[in-house]
Amino acid sequence: MDYPSKTMKQEPVRGSENLFAQTPFVRRKKRTEWVARSVFLLMALLMVCPLIFIVCYLFYKALPILSLDFLLANPARGMRAGGIWAPFVGTIYLIVISLLVSAPIGVLAAIYLNEYARDNWLTRFINLAVVNLAGVPSIVHALFGLGAFVLFAQMGRSVLAASLTLAIMTLPVIIASTRESLGSVPMAFREACWNVGATRWQTIRQIVLPNSVSGILTGIILQVSRAAGETAPIMFTGAVFYKAIPEGAIFAYGLFDQCMALSMHLFTITTQVPGVPEALPYGIAIVLVGTVLLVNAVSIVFRVAFRSRKKW
Amino acid sequence: MQGVAKKIQISALRVWYGKKEAIRGISLDVHEHEILAVIGPAQSGKTTLLKVINRTIEFIPRARVEGTVKVDDVNVKDVKNVYQLRRKIGMVFPMPVGLPLSVYDNVAFAPRAAGLRNRSELDGIVERSLRQAALWDEVKDRLKSLGTKLSGGQQQRLTIARALSHEPEILCLDEFSIAIDPVTTMRIEDVLKELRSQMTIILVTNLVHQARRLANRTAFLYNGELIEIDSNAVIFSDSPASRMTYDYVTGSFG
Repeated sequence: MDYPSKTMKQEPVRGSENLFAQTPFVRRKKRTEWVARSVFLLMALLMVCPLIFIVCYLFYKALPILSLDFLLANPARGMRAGGIWAPFVGTIYLIVISLLVSAPIGVLAAIYLNEYARDNWLTRFINLAVVNLAGVPSIVHALFGLGAFVLFAQMGRSVLAASLTLAIMTLPVIIASTRESLGSVPMAFREACWNVGATRWQTIRQIVLPNSVSGILTGIILQVSRAAGETAPIMFTGAVFYKAIPEGAIFAYGLFDQCMALSMHLFTITTQVPGVPEALPYGIAIVLVGTVLLVNAVSIVFRVAFRSRKKW
Repeated sequence: MQGVAKKIQISALRVWYGKKEAIRGISLDVHEHEILAVIGPAQSGKTTLLKVINRTIEFIPRARVEGTVKVDDVNVKDVKNVYQLRRKIGMVFPMPVGLPLSVYDNVAFAPRAAGLRNRSELDGIVERSLRQAALWDEVKDRLKSLGTKLSGGQQQRLTIARALSHEPEILCLDEFSIAIDPVTTMRIEDVLKELRSQMTIILVTNLVHQARRLANRTAFLYNGELIEIDSNAVIFSDSPASRMTYDYVTGSFG
């Protein structure tokens, strides 16, 4: 026996009425269980608090300035008034173009790594490279973008250069989440297909990919918030403090133009422009946070919708 | 045995998984239109043997194969179109695998992968394969339902239908009955007895009585080596060539 015999003195006797009575041993264990659960629950709740606090505080501070006009009007009077239309459009440009580059490359690379790659030095090298790329600080991405795209490739400071820099930043996570999605398809399905004479690509196209799409899309969508929020990678490569665009215009920036961006805008008006009304930067912050929350909500809806259609 | 056509000829086969030798020099022949049972305890190389024949061993990293395996007198290593080779051989696994497609698409998967697009031909193939696998009556009204939602016994018959859909000349079954109920097992065994006239069947099984019931010849593998291969009359008699065979068959070990 591996428990102290002391506690077994009061072990109920079979056949007696109190067969399920609680011994002191059991009572101690139940107390410990309650304490453990409470601690874990407390930690989980603690985790939610910062988010709620941030959103509420930002909202409260931004309230004076929030309105539809805020979103649709251009910045005016040296950024001290007006809206955020130009930076908003710029951010959307950056997100879309960078995802157009990183999503296909990321997904295809992940398909190679998960479905085709053999366990040799090349594969190990690629995996190492992906992992290390994920750990590069964003300011280093910025310097790389400046050197490689702006200067060497002679794109100049442009939407294109900034988007490519963001693409490199979001690439590793897209690769990782795609691989996880592909890996969730059981190996038995692939083997069943191979054994009837299907090629790897036929198997991927008909069984693996259709059943990974939701996970892949979720991974890509989650990178939207990252691309929207980063300042450093776009600061040297294409974002500017001010660029005049017509109000309400959607196709306002060319590929080789410089652009305004929400994150850059927030940075400059809080650090470099004196006399900005207090609510303005909070308004921009709310728009950014709101975008993040909206995008994450969309990805959750996606995931839930696809889970209910689970095919095995 | 003179005058018997040899469908598969294996000689001096050795297979390694990394450093571990799974098959240590096996030579045997499989005759046309016979049911060859391959019996033996776990880890004796039975599944590996099947994987070598249709070259799916190539999907296992660190697997190494030496020796010759000939199907219809052609070395499988020399075959250019390995997909065609795999379509010549039908494979059934221990665990029922219904692909996450409709029942119809499950069975039509192999012909479609081979390039067949004609709808009426596919319809014919699906019906024929499902009938051959004794599943047609149960699914004919729900060909569109998901293959993964069938019961275990139905999924195993679906796997067999899928294996038969590309009209193989060789059918390999790897312990097909361990995950299904006895009634379905009996039905599938009847199917196999009928199929013998059309193809060559290799039946890997842990169940000695199944080998006795179904096979013409039986091969006894132990620890990667071929202990004995002979007609059932000899293997299951009182005096097979090897003492180990007798012990295994009577259940003294394994």
